[in-house]
Amino acid sequence: MDFSQLLPNLALGFSTAVSPINLFYCFVGVLVGTLIGVLPGIGPVAAVAMLLPLTFNLNAVGAIIMLAGIYYGTQYGGSTTAILVNLPGESSSVVTCMDGHQMAKQGRAGPALAIAAIGSFFAGTVGTILVALLGPPLAEIALKFGAPEYFSLMVMALIAAAVLAHGGLLKTIAMIVLGLLIGIVGTDVNSGMSRFTFGASGLADGLSFAMLAMGLFGFAEILSNLEQGADTASRDVLNKKISGLMPTWQDLKDATGAILRGTAIGAFFGTLPGGGPTISAFSAYAVEKKVAKDPSRFGKGAIEGVAAPESANNAAVQCAFITTLTLGIPHGATMALLLGALTIQGIAPGPQVMTQRPDLFWGLIASMWIGNAMLVILNLPLVGLWVKLLKVPYRFLFPAIMTFMAIGVYSVNNLDLDIYMAIFFGILGYIFMKLKCEPAPLILAFVLGPLMEENLRRALLISRGDPTVFITRPISAAFLIATAVLLTIMVVPAIRKKREEAVAESASL
Amino acid sequence: MQFKIKCPEDFWAGVMFITFGVIAIVVSQDYPMGTAMRMGPGYFPTYLGAILVVLGAIISAFSFTMEGESIKPFAWKPMIMLSLSFVVFGWGIDHIGFVPSLFGLIVFSAAAGRQFKLGEVLILSVVLIVGAVGIFIYGIDLPYPLFWWR
Repeated sequence: MDFSQLLPNLALGFSTAVSPINLFYCFVGVLVGTLIGVLPGIGPVAAVAMLLPLTFNLNAVGAIIMLAGIYYGTQYGGSTTAILVNLPGESSSVVTCMDGHQMAKQGRAGPALAIAAIGSFFAGTVGTILVALLGPPLAEIALKFGAPEYFSLMVMALIAAAVLAHGGLLKTIAMIVLGLLIGIVGTDVNSGMSRFTFGASGLADGLSFAMLAMGLFGFAEILSNLEQGADTASRDVLNKKISGLMPTWQDLKDATGAILRGTAIGAFFGTLPGGGPTISAFSAYAVEKKVAKDPSRFGKGAIEGVAAPESANNAAVQCAFITTLTLGIPHGATMALLLGALTIQGIAPGPQVMTQRPDLFWGLIASMWIGNAMLVILNLPLVGLWVKLLKVPYRFLFPAIMTFMAIGVYSVNNLDLDIYMAIFFGILGYIFMKLKCEPAPLILAFVLGPLMEENLRRALLISRGDPTVFITRPISAAFLIATAVLLTIMVVPAIRKKREEAVAESASL
Repeated sequence: MQFKIKCPEDFWAGVMFITFGVIAIVVSQDYPMGTAMRMGPGYFPTYLGAILVVLGAIISAFSFTMEGESIKPFAWKPMIMLSLSFVVFGWGIDHIGFVPSLFGLIVFSAAAGRQFKLGEVLILSVVLIVGAVGIFIYGIDLPYPLFWWR
């Protein structure tokens, strides 16, 4: 590894990120992200998709800085509501509810919020350093990849996403195949033929990613919330005044180990394709329970139970940028959206971004660190405002979400067909929920579909139709072996049982 | 041996995947297959469709052996109302302009909930429309006519 370039690179990044206009985009991003994170019933995927049009008029650097800010801002906001109202704003903060809300009930909401902020900031810092360290060498390796390597890498990424997802493995793999098929809709680049467009000229460019994300996530989420009567339910908002924000020395001492372990776990899962912030938070919580001298304290307001998952989910969010930016292979649904935004800006994602647009790459990294700092400063004094916001009833919220989604879907192509397609995918997403089919891997496959077909074609063209090319090239073989190992782990009964227990445990948390 | 669906969730999920798989295979027959070396546009989707049919069949088959949950009833009213709200917006934005179509969208989506208080919905519409016009039309210059006359 060549570390000599690290400092100049970071310097370039910071000089890009601290320009007033980029600071402003970063600020708007984290503020809006936190706001959406605080509001329950709208996840990060739908949030980023919904706000995509806000970035159309920005330059590429500003757009990506703002969207990234929205993404990690939602994680932050999600934990605030988890602690204060026992209502996870995002799925990754479900575990934070357990001890965080207990702390709040004991009148220690301040320290709980503070430790969540400190843990997240530490994890964010480590994540930023990791991206800066691992990004360039990884991009260098990736530049040497040929078509077979890329194809095998994508197979691995998709299977990893299936293994780490909730729900049955077979159903998840079927969802991936379905996602690949949906990705084919549009004009075939090789033959110029329109495929699966059913005669609609509006589909010639393929389905819009923002539309798909808003349908499958946004629209379907609202349906599911309304079914459960979220619009008439009252929320039990903590009315106690939050006093004594600062944690004691004892709190800090207790939390240090948890923050370090949480960061490590989050960094690990964050780099893995498909392993998002949610699984990181659950694992970090489980680990804390295992290593604690007195596990019975958990669930009763143990500060480690807040520190570990909060550090883990933030580390995971940051580290997800490593594979996304260097390989051009999105790591999850939200990352796929960010890459989509880059494409709209006319930048092809991939390892070449780092050399061709160093200001964009390093500027984003630096802005992520600045954004994390902003969140610490912003979040603690604004807690009162977020609590007020929580009192907005859902019956006002969902028409507002529908409004933003409709404008968001339409503005991508200015095509009413996209709106009607969003209805179709919204209802489909609702059916997926009913059948317990996880939509996140489908979205990932949708993005990778065209890339996968292209690389499969190229690989078999070079090898003159010989499929062994995927196992005779060492890097490609390594990816496929890793995929096989992953699948074996899933199929071997003893281990599968363990996973089921783990999933059941995390589901019951 | 008795054939009884023990896990309706998985059974219908399997049926859904088989349906999508069959559609993919049938539609792909219109596209040239080509060979592995020179793939035509029909090659990849045909194989994906076949894999999806096989996976769907296995998932459905397992639903006869493994116990699972039944499917909870659908929320028809919200589904219809939310769909209508998008239809109104999609049609309206090209015909009657940004403001009226947003109004239709908000009224129809609010009607998807269990409570519908006209006064509340009107106030909400005004707030949301003013906000949306401010952000999207004046803020980021989206080129949509506000009303049908401009």
